[in-house]
Order: sequence, then structure tokens, then C-alpha cells
Amino acid sequence: MEDKVVLTMRGITMTFPGVKALDHVDFTLRKGEIHALMGENGAGKSTLIKCLTGVHDFEFGEIRVDGIEEPIRNHSTMDAQRRGISTVYQEVNLCPNLSVAENLFIGREPLTKAHTIDRKAIVKRAQKLAEEFELNLDVQQTMGSYSLALQQMIAIARAVDMDCKILILDEPTSSLDDNEVSKLFTLMRRLRDQGVGIIFVTHFLEQVYEVCDRITVLRNGQLVGEYPVTALPRVKLIAAMMGKDIDDLAKIKPEACENRCGDMLIDAKGLGHTGKIKPFDLNIRQGEVVGLTGLLGSGRSELARVIYGADRPQTGTLKVKDKPAHVAQPIDAMKLGMGMLPDDRKAEGIIDDLSIRENIVLAMQAQQGMLKLIPYKEQCEIADKYIALLDIKTASRETPLKQLSGGNQQKVIIARWLATNPDFLILDEPTRGIDIGTKTEIQKLIIKLAEEGKSILFISSEIEEMLRTCNRLAVLRDGEKVGELSGDMTQESVMHAIAGGEKG
Amino acid sequence: MKQIRKITKMRLFLPIFSMVLVMAINMIYDVANGNVFYNFFTISIRNGLLYGRLIDILNRGSEAAILAIGMTLVVSSSAGVDISVGSVMSLAGGMCCMLLAGFGNANVSQYAMPLWVGLLAGLAVACLCGAFNGFLVSYLNIQPMVATLILFSAGRAIGLLMCNSTIVYIREPSFQFLGGYLGPIPTPIIVAILCITVMSLILKYTALGMYVQSVGINAKAARIAGYQSRRIIFTTFVICGLLAGIAGLVATSRIYSADTNNIGLNFELDAILAVALGGNSLGGGKFRLSGSIIGAYTIQAITTTLYALGVSSAQAPVFKAVIVILIVTIQSPAVKAVMAKRAAAKEVAARKGAVGV
Repeated sequence: MEDKVVLTMRGITMTFPGVKALDHVDFTLRKGEIHALMGENGAGKSTLIKCLTGVHDFEFGEIRVDGIEEPIRNHSTMDAQRRGISTVYQEVNLCPNLSVAENLFIGREPLTKAHTIDRKAIVKRAQKLAEEFELNLDVQQTMGSYSLALQQMIAIARAVDMDCKILILDEPTSSLDDNEVSKLFTLMRRLRDQGVGIIFVTHFLEQVYEVCDRITVLRNGQLVGEYPVTALPRVKLIAAMMGKDIDDLAKIKPEACENRCGDMLIDAKGLGHTGKIKPFDLNIRQGEVVGLTGLLGSGRSELARVIYGADRPQTGTLKVKDKPAHVAQPIDAMKLGMGMLPDDRKAEGIIDDLSIRENIVLAMQAQQGMLKLIPYKEQCEIADKYIALLDIKTASRETPLKQLSGGNQQKVIIARWLATNPDFLILDEPTRGIDIGTKTEIQKLIIKLAEEGKSILFISSEIEEMLRTCNRLAVLRDGEKVGELSGDMTQESVMHAIAGGEKG
Repeated sequence: MKQIRKITKMRLFLPIFSMVLVMAINMIYDVANGNVFYNFFTISIRNGLLYGRLIDILNRGSEAAILAIGMTLVVSSSAGVDISVGSVMSLAGGMCCMLLAGFGNANVSQYAMPLWVGLLAGLAVACLCGAFNGFLVSYLNIQPMVATLILFSAGRAIGLLMCNSTIVYIREPSFQFLGGYLGPIPTPIIVAILCITVMSLILKYTALGMYVQSVGINAKAARIAGYQSRRIIFTTFVICGLLAGIAGLVATSRIYSADTNNIGLNFELDAILAVALGGNSLGGGKFRLSGSIIGAYTIQAITTTLYALGVSSAQAPVFKAVIVILIVTIQSPAVKAVMAKRAAAKEVAARKGAVGV
């Protein structure tokens, strides 16, 4: 089965300030195949696509397209389109106020002899195109009057009509219902049979197995491997995406909960937020470490955010220490002794222009209120204490936080919460993007906090880390809590629970 | 050399530099004209009152300085500007005069009700305007510029309605106190100093500064850390409104009348410019109150200088614009980057030279 290769990407490397987004990634696309590009958020899928379509300018590497002698380097999406590479995004990038026909030929309108736009030709050619794609619609209606699914197909029709050899579909099914998805798949299969190479980016595992021929998996900006679909069952795919490499960290093991843990601290019943997390029950005892596991986007963060009030719960009740608690916003949760380290450090964690001292006392100050300023001297003492305790590497406590490395920024945020002396701490991906030494420190810290009687809700993409620190795991899938694991948990059992039902 | 670089890197360097530049121009002009004995910096006492250009700058710049305090907070927390402050000044003055004269009276020499009722009512209506702006911005998520555009155009008109569409004169001497003199010192200067002092104390002894800056830098992160962003942005608009009210009362007292069409006209622009000249980013976040205040007085110094140089009041804005362009360009990140690059290149060249020798 020596298929003809239409696209090869070799050694693509791309660095953003502080992170290697892509590290010598290879990718090969053959003629007439649907090739899934898989990986968790931040694995480098989008960056790879953007390097290909000219949105990003990659640093090293080579891209070759069938039919062009030289290696190519696109500088804009227009460039890419000229070379036969078209992209259809999740949000359709067409104009809802123009007609379908106008949208199909926008930017490449056929002209009359007088160099005006030939509207008749546009309509005619659009009708032909619509028939060809078996789209049942009136091309003179505005784009906005059709469903998202149809709009997406129109976008694909436009891409294919521009003589495209490589079609990139970036999360095209996220907002479609089952019926629309199947229509889209029919279209994709037809294009494949016509010889178009299709790159399919999605996070729906089912769909990958339904329509794809081949899978390339990325993790942390590195290529994990390329596999034919038949050679990679679901559990193995999840393993590849999450990474199974067992890091030889010191064996950390939480003490069993039975004797040590205290009374019920958090008792959530039916908490939920439409579109983010379906109603769930969860309880946590004092001194217990509970992990939330599942693929990214399965509702792990959302669950934690609803408890903390970062997203206001729409249903259900929450009891803290057996008392009904009304948590509508983070400050309410903080007054009940909660704290949360959010997963997106940059967007929701750091106040980058403020100093380390200010960032550390931030939450404590919020608890005290605006009128009771923590005296400057006390602020310095608190900051110095945590800089020493967590070994934060900084020139001084007055350094703006943005000048610190990611790991040290993370420690500052942890210090911010430790300073408030919380009973219940939510840690959402505290070890992401952090070197292995700091990772171990944070894991040890979690266990130490639990021994001091604090409860922790821990979220991580690394199963080992969870096994090492958690007494109990709650499993999430597709925005729903589907079960709990405790006792003897192994990597396999957890991954089976994540994948669900399917036999590996 | 190293020390010079250290000084130029200070946050307040440019605002102070701009101020000194304007002063220097005055000095050179005076010396060139032989005005050694009576010059820009002379302060004298005539009839028991302080006179001189410096006093004039401090006096005339009071309203802008008071407005700049509030504007700084609004800019920092919301990354937007309150363009209604000029109109709110006029409205506060109108409200005050309307109450003191009694509605419909255009020229009185006796109060219809106690002075303090009028002043408080003026401040209250200004706070209300601030609350209205704050509500639109923080709870309805309307862009500050658009939200405050409403009162920018309506505020003045409401003031005019209150004054029955005329200029209301209040010829009671005590009404002129706010715009007049306290002993030898012009009262507006004292009012401005009071406002600045109170705000400085608030910033020093409460966490307002941290609240406002955190929300301005990263509202989402601030929320997770327990800050109620909306309430804080709302508060800054109310404070801004209150200060506009104070400035409005001062301006009204100066002319002892509610000339609603002219009080505070274009002052919102001076206030915004003062914040920018003070080295504060209009994109919100970290702020220096002292910078904004120096900025406000710099603007007044430019205006006074131009008048002293004999530029007519009709043409002054053109020269003012030129000077502002210069100052803003010097402070722009693009120019700073070029300067930094040059300095670095020079350093490299110097090092190479040293190695060559």
C-alpha cells in the first residue's frame, strides 16, 4: 500500500517565549487518506497546523508539498491556499450577511470584460458546485440563513473548489449534532476517494475510529508516533496522548484515609452548570486527597470551578462542614476556607505586573477586605517566608512576577493560597509545564498538607502523579462524572475507566 | 553615565522631565528678554494675596489635577476613560446654583437655602453620575468610552435645564470662597492639595491600590483570588464622579455662576492627557498618582507659558498640541525601544573598541 505522499513535514520546531511548542515534529500525509491529528490541549496540534498554513513562522524544519520542487514556507493563509492547502475551522470564517454564492467566490470573483464582478457567473458556478457536493440549498440566500453544518460544508466546498490537495479540518464537529456529523463524514469520505488528503483535528475519539485511516499523536510538542487506525485501540491511543513514561521519582505514597481522615468537609449534591458540567455528587473528608481524572475537556476543571464558585452553580446544593453554603463567586468560597489554583496560570493565576510580594499576599488581602491593609512589614515577612519555604528563585521579593520562570510563578500562586491557610485547596494542573524537580516538591507538599488535615482536590493529566498522591479518584467523561475509583488503583484500571466501556 | 541611566529609568522621570522642560523654556525666554527681576518664577504679594505665574499655574491647574486623580483610578481599573467628567463638573455646578438661587431665579444675592446644602447636593449628583457610569461599565459590560459618552452629551444639557436655560449668578460673597482666596493663598490650590492628600492617604493606608491594579492587570485572576472586579470598577467610577463634582464646584465658585455651557468644557481631555503624560498606561494596570498630578500641572504650565509668550487664546491649542505630541512621542514605547537599542549598540561598540585597544 505505497500511497502517494502529498505532504511531508520534517523536524518542525517552534518556540514560544518559555516553551517549546513543537520539537522536531514530523508529519506525513498521503493522497486520499483521512489522517487524525491527536493530542491533548497544548500538545502542539494547533501550532503544527498553524505552521503549515502560515499563521506561525516556524524556526527549523522543512515542509514539502507534492508537485512543488522546493521546500515551501507559507507566510499567510493566502500563500497556503495558493499551494493547495485549505483550512476549515470550527467557527466558520465566512460572512453570514453575504449570499452563499458570494461566499464561495469571495476573494476570487470571476470578472466581466469591464473588470466588474460577474454576478451571473458567480451564481451559475455556485449552483454547479452545490450540485456537485449534493448540497440542497439556494445559493442566493444569505449564508446566515443556513445551519452551522451546512455553512461548514459550504466552507469545505469553497476550499475544495480552490484546487485543494490538502484539506485541514480543525475541530469541525464540535458544534454539530450526530446527524450533521454523519453528513460531514459522508462528504469527507467522498473527498478522500477523489484523492484529497484530509487532516482531521478532533478530540472526539469515536469519530476518529469512525472515519480516519491513520492517526498521528503529539504530546508536549513532541511526536509520539504515527499509527494506522487498526493498530491503535482506544486505550492505547489514550496512553499515547497522556504519556505513560514512568518517571523515576521518589516513591511517594499517601497514607490510607481510613484512620487518618476526619469529618466530611465538602459535600456537593447535584451541583452542575449547563453546558459545562452535568450535575454531580462529590464529597471530600478532612485530610483527604481526591483526584479528578479524565481527558482534557472532560469537565475536570469545570467540576472544580463549580465547587469554588468560579462558575456559578446552576443546580444542586453544597454543604461545607455540614452547613449549607451559598457560593456564588470565589470570595464566598474563600470565606469558607477554600482556595483554587486555576489551570491556566497566565490567564487566571498571575497578576504579571505586580511584584512577588503583592502576588503572594493578594488572596489574604482579599479575605481581609479593602479597608484592612496588611502592613507593608507584615507583607514582606509573609513573602520572605514563602519564598524560602517553597524555594522560589527570584532576585528580590519586589521583582515583577512576569520576570519569573513558569515553575516559580506557579510556586508564587501556591504561596498565595498557603498564606490564606485554607481548609480545602483545589489544585488544577499545578505541575503542568514544570520541571521534574519542582513537580516532586509539589507532590510532596500535597501529601504534607493532607497530613496536616487539609483537604485537596487535585487535577492532573498525569495518571502516575494522581496515583502517587490521591486517596480516591473521580472519573469524568464528556462533561459528566461517571464514577469513582479507590483502593488499589493502577494505571491500567484508571485508563480503562477514562476510556469507558470499551475493551482494550 | 550609569547614574544618568538609572535616573532615566525611573518611572516618574519623563513626567518630571517634561515639567522641567516647560519651565526651562520660560526661563530662557525671560533671560532673553531681560526680565531678570520680574520673571516666570517671581512670586510676590500684592494686597495681601500671592501673585506670580507659578501661583497662577497651581491655581488654574487645580481642577485638572483633581480630575486627574479620579481619571487615574478609572483608567487603571477599567482600561478605559471617563469622558463625562467635564459635563459632570458643569452638572454639579448647575445643581448647586439651582438650589442656592431657587429654581427660575437667574440672579440672586441671597441664598435660598444654606450653602452646605447646595454644595452637598452638587457632590451628590456628581456621585450619582459616577455610579451611573460605573453601573454601565461594570455590570452591563459597556465600553467605558461609550458608556460615559451618554453623560458627556447629556450631563451639560441636564445642568442647563436645571438652571432654566440661563446663567445663574449668585452674588453672595461666601459663594466665591472656593474659587477665591484663603488668606493669601488661592483656595483652589488648597482644595487640590486636600484631594491629593486624602487620596494619597487612602492609597497608603488601605488596599485600594492593590485592588484597583489587580483588577486592571488581570481581572480574571483577580476574581479567582477573591476580588470582586465589578464592584471595584464601579467604585473607581463613583470616586471619579465625586472628584469631578468637587472640581465643578471650584470652577463654579470662580465665576460665582452656573455657566453650564462653559464650566469644565474640554476638561475631560486634559484629565486623560494628564494621566498619559504622567507615564501611566491608558491600557490600565499599574498606576502612579503622582505622575498624573504632575501631568495635570504640566498641561497648565504649557497653557500659561503660551499666554505669557503672547500666543492668543484662539491659537494656543495648536501650540499646545505640538508640545503634547513631542512629550507623548518621547514617552512612547516605540521611541523607548529605539533608544534602548541605540544605547545597547553603543555599549557593544564601546566594548569592541576597548578590546581593539
